[in-house]
Amino acid sequence: MNFSALIDNFGQLTVTGFTQGAIYALIALGYTLVYGVLRLINFAHSEVFVTGSFAAILTLRLLGVGADEAVPSTAIVIAVLFAAVLSAMAASAATALVVERVAYRPLRKRNAPPLVFLISAIGASIAISEAFGVFYSRDNVPVGNLIEPTTQFEIFGATITNRMILIVVAAFGMMILLDTIINRTRLGRGIRAVAMDPDAAALMGVNKDRVIAWTFVLGGLMAGVAAVLYNLNIGVTKFNAGFILGLKAFTAAVLGGIGNLRGALIGGLLLGLVENWGQAVIGTSWRDVIAFVFLILVLMFRPTGLLGESLGRARA
Amino acid sequence: MSQDTLAPTAPSSGGPLLHVANVIADRRSAAMGAFRERWGKLPKAARLVAPALLLIVLIMLPVWDKNLRSSTGSGIPVIGTPNTSFAGVLFLVGAFALCAIGLNVVVGFAGLLDLGYVGFYAVGAYSVAVFGSPSSDLAVAYPWLICVPIGLAIAMAAGVILGGPTLRLRGDYLAIVTLGFGEIVRLAAVNTSWLGNRSGISNIPKPPGERADGSKLFGVVDITPFYWLILAFIVLALLLVSNLERSRVGRAWLAIREDEDAAELMGVPTFRFKLWAFAIGAAVGGVSGGIFASRQGFINPDTFDVLTSILFLAAVVIGGSGNKFGVILGAVIVVYVPERLRGFDESLFGAWFVVLVIALVATLIARRATILSSTVRAAATLVGGILGLVVAIGVGTQLHSIVTDLGTKNPTRLLVGAVVVVLIVGLVLIRLISYVQSDAARTVGLFLGAFLTVLVGAVAPYVFDEIGDGVQALRYFAFGIALIVMSVFRPQGLLPNRRRATELADRKKEVAVGVNA
Repeated sequence: MNFSALIDNFGQLTVTGFTQGAIYALIALGYTLVYGVLRLINFAHSEVFVTGSFAAILTLRLLGVGADEAVPSTAIVIAVLFAAVLSAMAASAATALVVERVAYRPLRKRNAPPLVFLISAIGASIAISEAFGVFYSRDNVPVGNLIEPTTQFEIFGATITNRMILIVVAAFGMMILLDTIINRTRLGRGIRAVAMDPDAAALMGVNKDRVIAWTFVLGGLMAGVAAVLYNLNIGVTKFNAGFILGLKAFTAAVLGGIGNLRGALIGGLLLGLVENWGQAVIGTSWRDVIAFVFLILVLMFRPTGLLGESLGRARA
Repeated sequence: MSQDTLAPTAPSSGGPLLHVANVIADRRSAAMGAFRERWGKLPKAARLVAPALLLIVLIMLPVWDKNLRSSTGSGIPVIGTPNTSFAGVLFLVGAFALCAIGLNVVVGFAGLLDLGYVGFYAVGAYSVAVFGSPSSDLAVAYPWLICVPIGLAIAMAAGVILGGPTLRLRGDYLAIVTLGFGEIVRLAAVNTSWLGNRSGISNIPKPPGERADGSKLFGVVDITPFYWLILAFIVLALLLVSNLERSRVGRAWLAIREDEDAAELMGVPTFRFKLWAFAIGAAVGGVSGGIFASRQGFINPDTFDVLTSILFLAAVVIGGSGNKFGVILGAVIVVYVPERLRGFDESLFGAWFVVLVIALVATLIARRATILSSTVRAAATLVGGILGLVVAIGVGTQLHSIVTDLGTKNPTRLLVGAVVVVLIVGLVLIRLISYVQSDAARTVGLFLGAFLTVLVGAVAPYVFDEIGDGVQALRYFAFGIALIVMSVFRPQGLLPNRRRATELADRKKEVAVGVNA
């Protein structure tokens, strides 16, 4: 136990945790969206993320950004990042859609019990991550030098780098976008309707299958952005990186109240902070343990999370 | 739900449950039900003969293998493992089967999804290591006979400690929390110095016992005694579990699995029974882990990763959740098949080809009404298949040498290529043939389809032959695919629990009649 480390570096730990938490929140949105609509844990969402991560790296490689090259000029960085984000979003959304088609839709048509869904999802998750492990590499894959972190300003003794600003701004931008889509658009109304009552929504003329497919796509798009931000933040990825990260993002979703978009945001940020504060006190190697123990503790006292489960606002 | 499935029909000699199962399930299950009925009418002594014979065969397997190896140089044909110790593989299958039996209590009986079962396996293994090994920090070096009960007790306690706070959670939350628990146990072992950190603990004690010549019975070279030990524990666990299944506890689990709220309303203390399921499952897993640790003599955290947990679950699900013999079959598939594929040799070529032909014939028979309606087309398919075989034999020997050259470079990709080709060829052909309207085109399609399928299928073993490593590398990938396929086509598992199969068929029917559309 080392509380002085926490107190001394509180500002820096908070900022780092906030950045990490923003990425968790972005992935958590995917879990929460699917759970809100289908009442099912999309266990394969972590692999939707991994696909995005690898798609981004492959795009960078194609555009000539390797692990060994120097940092290119700003204009090129922006263009390359844009391409990476787009390809990651496309790959993640496509993966999410394929998972829905192959692993979930046939089961929905058969009215399978929830356990079978989860097992099918685990199967999809293992198959996708192993495919990367077998075909691409089982080792850490370096992302490449894109943004050299430089200090922009200091606040409460914490240095804020340009990378942190980029990550947090991008993550929050995506979340606001998603929130707008869910609450303001026709598609969002469809999603909320299916989340509240699938059968009634179908009777009102909502195309249930299409709404569900769109839900997966939206979650995939968020995961794609999260993947690029994660790549930037950590600098390496791995075929099974999604496992722990997905577990944590799910933890974040549960913390805030799964099925609740704003809950995912709060849960993600909270998890990032708690994890960073906790590792300062107990030790870096216990980081993942802290996250899981935190999840168990929160679920003991608030089984439906901090904000409760609700994608549409009115759910009993 | 339609009226006829709800109505209490006149119970046949097999009881109402069996009757409902027969009505609902398809012809295959009906045949199975008839078999069960006839089986049930046999005198008890006769019914005991089959399992006794099976047990004797299982006990003798490694002995036969050893004798054959010393006389002919190779082990038991077809089922033996040429490149690895057969007894060692059998032991590992046994350890997994014991875990599957324990996990089945949690998942199959009580319906609680536990994704962190490896945590209990690890707790059992580490308990035996810490209390038994003279080189652990505790250094008490208790004998094996004391360590295993300690491991059992600690694993059981871990089950209660995990279950206490988390069993009030709903199904999918529980799944994630248990997954987290499995990781916590592994990470704790990695980060704790008296658990040996990453390097683990060695010098784990072995069970007592000496041979006539004074050498240790449970040695490092001959794993057979360990296999017999785990076999004995499996029989014990089966006895325990089948008695529990038929007792008040088993009925309570069943009620909880079917409808927890209804069970609670009927006065079943659901939390207590769920905790019991967790504790019993954990204890069985702990014993298995303890025996595994003493067979290895050395453990480290890498053995207890989440993929192992998923493999335990895969054994239960593939074998047939809720059926205690099914889950043993699942363990055999999960452990034995990849180990067997490690030494994929020429002798399996015949077996592979027979399977292929049977599959082809079965498909053709199943589809004869739509695709094979004319003699010409049937003949075209047959000729195509034979021609494919002829070409395959010609190409195969060539390919053998080509692959041998390539094999050292990147065997995995080659294997993937073969598998992908088979999949694509099959899928594309099924699509194409069902779209094609003209008779002539269908005939040509069938000819080409049979030709290509047999060709690719028959050539595949030559590829497999060279790249056992590739099979190893791909086994988790294959498991992932297998889990999806199982969930979609046979969610009840290979040897389903009758009640569970009935329930699933019932849900499917509800969709068919539009109740829940």
